[in-house]
Amino acid sequence: MADVILSAERLGKQYLLRHRVAGYDTLREKLAENLRRLTHARNSGPDPRAATLEEFWALRDVSLQVNQGETVGLIGRNGAGKSTLLRIISRITEPTEGRLRIRGRAASLLEVGTGFHPELTGRENIYLNGAILGMPKSEIRAKFDEIVDFSEVAQFLDTPVKRYSSGMYVRLAFSVAAHLEPDILIVDEVLAVGDAAFQKKCLERMAEVSRMGRTILFVSHNLGLVKSMCRRGVLIEGGRVVCDDVVDATVAQYLERFEATASANLLERAQRHGTGRVRLSRLDIRDSKLAITGRVAAGQAVQFVFHVTGRLPELTCAFTIYDSIGQAITCFDSALQDSPNPGAVTGTSSFVCELSELFLTPGRYRINAALSCGDELVDHVESAAMLDVDQGISGTQLLVATPGYGSVYMPHRWVGPC
Amino acid sequence: MDAEARRTRADRFTPEGLIVIHAAASSHPPPGDSALQERIIEAGYRDSRYLLELWHFRELFYFLAWRDILVRYKQTAVGIAWVLIKALITLLVLTVVFGRVAQLPSDGVPYPLLVFAALLPWQFFASALTDCSNSLVGNSDLVAKIYFPRLIIPGSAMIVSVVDFAISSGVLALLLMWYGFAPDWRILILPLFVVLAAAITFGAGLWFAALTAEYRDFRFIVGFIAQLGLYISPVGFSSSVVPEEWRLLYSLNPLVGVIDGFRWAILRGTPDLYWPGLAMSFVFALLLLASGLWYFRRTERRFADVI
Repeated sequence: MADVILSAERLGKQYLLRHRVAGYDTLREKLAENLRRLTHARNSGPDPRAATLEEFWALRDVSLQVNQGETVGLIGRNGAGKSTLLRIISRITEPTEGRLRIRGRAASLLEVGTGFHPELTGRENIYLNGAILGMPKSEIRAKFDEIVDFSEVAQFLDTPVKRYSSGMYVRLAFSVAAHLEPDILIVDEVLAVGDAAFQKKCLERMAEVSRMGRTILFVSHNLGLVKSMCRRGVLIEGGRVVCDDVVDATVAQYLERFEATASANLLERAQRHGTGRVRLSRLDIRDSKLAITGRVAAGQAVQFVFHVTGRLPELTCAFTIYDSIGQAITCFDSALQDSPNPGAVTGTSSFVCELSELFLTPGRYRINAALSCGDELVDHVESAAMLDVDQGISGTQLLVATPGYGSVYMPHRWVGPC
Repeated sequence: MDAEARRTRADRFTPEGLIVIHAAASSHPPPGDSALQERIIEAGYRDSRYLLELWHFRELFYFLAWRDILVRYKQTAVGIAWVLIKALITLLVLTVVFGRVAQLPSDGVPYPLLVFAALLPWQFFASALTDCSNSLVGNSDLVAKIYFPRLIIPGSAMIVSVVDFAISSGVLALLLMWYGFAPDWRILILPLFVVLAAAITFGAGLWFAALTAEYRDFRFIVGFIAQLGLYISPVGFSSSVVPEEWRLLYSLNPLVGVIDGFRWAILRGTPDLYWPGLAMSFVFALLLLASGLWYFRRTERRFADVI
């Protein structure tokens, strides 16, 4: 039943970015602009204002076909165009070019709780939110008990939701959305809500919806989740589809691209956050012989050296190690160290973090690094370096890859059976 | 309830042609059902099914109106009685200022009745126009995140004022009884003027709602209209005080026709209807409504991007 339910043909969406300080579009500005255009038409010089209008293609040339019953994972960095695509599919905004054929109705869980009114009670909000999401009243009534059960807030049904805790609020909101049964369900990063138990419930619910034969478009930065939920993955980068394959291949491709952008000179990276008062210029990984490398054996000593362009009082350095599916494994923060940072005292402009033994199982890891000054984020670089861990030995323990069973080793010994 | 039963129920409300889209949209056909209708979305597409969509989302219309009514008087001690208090105080002030202080003529009708018959459509116009104009911006989270025919938002925003209007009508009935003033057959024509008032308000509301979504300036313009309109419309005085030669010009304000109509219907034909002015009001209302719908529909698809 390869029934195409959604077919995008060279979709594109253009936004005009107006570069100016801030604020709303006001009529005065618009009138002034028109006036300027009139006068400039005569003296033919280039309009200085025109230069401040920039065309920006959030999406370009996107062609995609989704069959009925498929669960497709959309991955890509922030700002890659995933949300724009979803907004077009759910008809919130129209494309600038190309066309989209869609059969049946798409409903999006772009943001749960949209349309919730704080003054209304839980019960009232269930009806209101259901209607906003396109459920007929009869259907909401039929599913009402189910929704309440799912949300675990039955006790507070007649309390205004402004008195809810944020957890309760989100649970109720998600419960309404989760009982929506559109032909195409769009799930955008909403599963990051509630506690672990509730998240599990949400995932089960999604699997159930999928089993019912509905089509699901799933967006998440949690690659592990995408892998487990979807069979097919679509990678979007810079507004274009760059990979459309089985999910494992797409995720691999995504991570590879992440690495490809990883140039050794971090100053060349454009994608960074922070105030930029000083910057990370290089991240070196040194093995037990202090040789710079990207490859370390498990269980061996390792040094992470962060070169910084300058010094600031109270500058601290933090970094996080991620595994191959994008899960954070562990993080290190010089701010949490009791004694003052030796780098800051001696005045060298590099931070050095020493591990006497690297307790990671073999595999490929990615490192994000950040510099901070108190609450100020000074510089943040994603994928500052890749780290390959080879098989190794810690004490008497052989450190091998244990795919699916975690990637951290803890020193231990077996004392029984006696 | 199984899908089949739900489908039959949904279909009962719909004319023949609607069945397909309704089945696709809400009653969830089992997967593989070929009844799913294809929709093509591209730049500048015209959705020929807009009316059907409106029909499909009618419940949202009720719910949004219901929400606005519910929320308006939550956490107030006297609740909906505020409608009465506001109406009565305005009535008192206008009667004292125009009737007592300025000593304007009342055409032989008790002055409070003269004022209240005009206050009824005026307050409806002022509050409905304000709500309508701010409705898109006030619901911007919905507009930016969820699809539905946008016309529902300004439409449902008017309903609160309709409810207020109904309550004020009750007050008018009490006032009429108090003064022992019985309306005659002309009261039967009143619904026509109510429709006229609603058309003018909705037409202007659509324009301002769409414009406010992009240019916040119009918020202030609407504020001016709601404030100053009270003085340039014949609310506190009878339009018979306007000199004959200025009458036509004065009737350019479409509310003049509405207010005169209300007075004429409620107060046994005093003052007499000024036909050229009334005709202008009707034409104006029609133009406003048609152009408002046209402009709203034209800009609707951009709302999510500009709001």
